[in-house]
Amino acid sequence: MKYICLAYIQPGKFENMTENERHAMLDECFDYDDELRANGHFSAGEALQPPSSAMTLYWKNGKVAVTDGPYAETKEQLGGVLVLDARDLNHAIQLISRHPGVKYGPWEIRPAADLNEMIRESEHRRGKDAVR
Amino acid sequence: MSDCSPIEVRQSLEALYRSDSSRILASLVRLLGDLDLAEDAMQEAFSVALNVWQKGGIPENPRPWLISTARFKAIDVMRRRSRSDTAQRNIVLHIEAQQFANSQIEEEIEDDRLRLIFICCHPSLPPEAQVALTLRELCGLTTEEIARAFLVAPPTLAQRIVRAKATIREKRIPFEVPGPRDLPQRLGGVLQVIYLVFNEGYSATAGTEVTRLDLTREAIRLGRLLYELLPEPEVMGLLALMLLQDSRSASRTSSAGDLVLLEQQNRALWNKEQIAEGVALVEGALASHSFGPYTLQAAIAAVHAEADSTAATDWRQIVMLYDRLLRIQRSPVIELNRAVAIAMYRGPESGLGLIDELLARGELENYHLAHATRGDLCRRLGRTAEARSSYERALALVQQEPERRFLRERLRSLQEIL
Repeated sequence: MKYICLAYIQPGKFENMTENERHAMLDECFDYDDELRANGHFSAGEALQPPSSAMTLYWKNGKVAVTDGPYAETKEQLGGVLVLDARDLNHAIQLISRHPGVKYGPWEIRPAADLNEMIRESEHRRGKDAVR
Repeated sequence: MSDCSPIEVRQSLEALYRSDSSRILASLVRLLGDLDLAEDAMQEAFSVALNVWQKGGIPENPRPWLISTARFKAIDVMRRRSRSDTAQRNIVLHIEAQQFANSQIEEEIEDDRLRLIFICCHPSLPPEAQVALTLRELCGLTTEEIARAFLVAPPTLAQRIVRAKATIREKRIPFEVPGPRDLPQRLGGVLQVIYLVFNEGYSATAGTEVTRLDLTREAIRLGRLLYELLPEPEVMGLLALMLLQDSRSASRTSSAGDLVLLEQQNRALWNKEQIAEGVALVEGALASHSFGPYTLQAAIAAVHAEADSTAATDWRQIVMLYDRLLRIQRSPVIELNRAVAIAMYRGPESGLGLIDELLARGELENYHLAHATRGDLCRRLGRTAEARSSYERALALVQQEPERRFLRERLRSLQEIL
């Protein structure tokens, strides 16, 4: 099963660390990511630039509106995304609970939805499986 | 060795997980002395196997391979972490010391799984956590599968498992089989967990299907495992009870998914092999003279299983068995069942009297089957108005769809009589 793990962090927390603190955090996080990778659990992952770099798009009055800044102004902002390959939800919890990143902000774990059936149905509606 | 396709390896690993993960985990808990670490290490070993076996082929004895790989993985992980943590370093030293002390470290000990059962069913854990942990650690089911079977949201179930493991860690629950003094009570707890799983599968308390086959199968599997490891009379009794009840599964529901009462069931559909196995186990347990309530319930089920029809059933013996059961386990539900047997043996009037007494005591006031049974006896006595009000009361309390349909059908047929 794939689990999408969303890591949140308070804006400025990382930037306000001393260089030593920052290095220690990065080293232990990367070290653990390597461990996940070596065991085949790290499916994909990216860190995000700060929320000030975000753009948000939404549908308004029949057209796309664009604003600068993140979608939601919350105390903690999304800081990174990790796609985890785990046997089940408790395995995912166990793997993430050992991630050093947990010390710096909350993580949310969400199972990936299986869209295969929906895609098949949609292809059927769009006539993609029809004999040409 | 030849290469294996990724699909082939994945499938055999999945099958191996279901059949052998409890053995592997149990051995690892003994070797590593920690449930979480053991589980981690096992998961890693399965991941390693997925890669290595594709290139090198599936080993002839996969279990020792997985145990040994997991143990090295655990040492590896602990060593990495011990760079910053002295407590972890001590664990590594402990594991390594053990390696020297015992040259046959990968040897499996039969009692390992028994110890694992007693950890999962430990009385300091809430009952629903015991059930979840047992199904996950001993049956190899995933959190999501267990959640689906019990109709709860996966995060709720995951939380139960997280908390249970924390309790095991914090209370330092030992990895051991209880001593002779505690064994009867602790074994009772284990049997209760297995029977809870069985009943959830056999008569799901809510939902649209009468039985959820997977849980009954898992419970029987657990019963067999326990019997293999600890052949006590009540273990035999519970296994027999589950086999005998489950032997009727093909005839309990119609093709439309409706409930079929014992009286109307097609007995040709009953599983003869399972009945024979169940009856032999009951006889063994009864011969021990130290049996308990599970054996007596199994004995009752055996009398039903061996009869060709309800008319040919030895109701006198069933009443006697219920009397013995009530002497060791007072329960209004057992009294209700005894009343049904009395009704079959001495006529509906006698049964109805007992049920009315029971209902007057109030304990079964909200139990739909008490009212449904009363309705049925009134119907047989031609007391249609009373039958209807009892069926209506049952209908208001019932939670399962097929039972609801059954009661509606009963009410409809009463209408025709009027």
